[in-house]
Amino acid sequence: MQITVNDEAREVAAGSTIADLLVELGMRPKFVAVERNLELIPRARHAECELVENDKLEVVTLVGGG
Amino acid sequence: MSDKPLVLGTHTLQSRLVVGTGKYSTFDMMQQCLEVSGSEVITVAVRRERLIDAEGRNILDFIDLSKYTILPNTAGCFNAEDAIRVARLGREILEGLENPGADWVKLEVLGDTKTLLPDPVATLQATEALVKEGFQVLCYTTDDPITAKRLKDAGATSVMPAGSPIGSGQGVLNPNNIRICLEYLKGDDPDYPMIIDAGVGSASDVAFAMELGCDGVLLNTAIASATEPATMAEAMKHACLAGRQSFRAGRIPKKLYATASSPETGVISPSLR
Repeated sequence: MQITVNDEAREVAAGSTIADLLVELGMRPKFVAVERNLELIPRARHAECELVENDKLEVVTLVGGG
Repeated sequence: MSDKPLVLGTHTLQSRLVVGTGKYSTFDMMQQCLEVSGSEVITVAVRRERLIDAEGRNILDFIDLSKYTILPNTAGCFNAEDAIRVARLGREILEGLENPGADWVKLEVLGDTKTLLPDPVATLQATEALVKEGFQVLCYTTDDPITAKRLKDAGATSVMPAGSPIGSGQGVLNPNNIRICLEYLKGDDPDYPMIIDAGVGSASDVAFAMELGCDGVLLNTAIASATEPATMAEAMKHACLAGRQSFRAGRIPKKLYATASSPETGVISPSLR
């Protein structure tokens, strides 16, 4: 099924969770925060939160800033 | 001569200098400048994870999270809704890292990209919403005293007027407005903290802001983009201390005419000409 991660279309297996996606993207879960369809999904729920077709995700981290 | 600490909500700080982590040419240079600045609080931004760094490095690999309190900002947000979302995302990351900065945010809601000046109405809306969500809100704003007062009334932990536009290096352009902000915010609440955020170009700008009676200074570009960033970081540390001590010491009033420093009596008799 297709989802969007940071504005880029992406295919993931049906039943994938946010935790699965982060592994697939090679991201360190501790360093990121995830929003699904404008709603923050706390880290504690990543493993249980199943993605749905057309979900729009924002995956953010901290960067240098003032 | 010991000073009282700077208290920002639940955070108690010895250093009154807050520095940013942006614009450094290397993470090594950033680390060195953070260390030399003596700051305990450092600001960061929240951005999409793009694996920009080919080596997969993250700024968090270069920050000692047991030493620094991270202050996440909402830079790049142009409306209250986005700023609120970014604040939540920053908190989520810092909670996971067990950093004490998880309970606060440097709120920036910008009006346009040319000036990067804050949108005061949206900033006030976002402040109200974030305070309700339990954030300690450190509010980037203009030097307008009325806006400053409104933000404090909305529950901002600290009001942080810009000395001049972000990254402009113009210093404190309107010291009279800063003085009025200080009077309005501290009049019946002398310990309420006001920080100068943005516009600082050099060490004298920091000292000047502190001499006006500001409780701290937040800066980034002035160090990161200096020719020798680490030297400037050290200068900023000293300027912050010097300005603070000068403020506490109580300066002499300015007078139009001279007052002799040496005794005016006992001078030898003048030669005849």
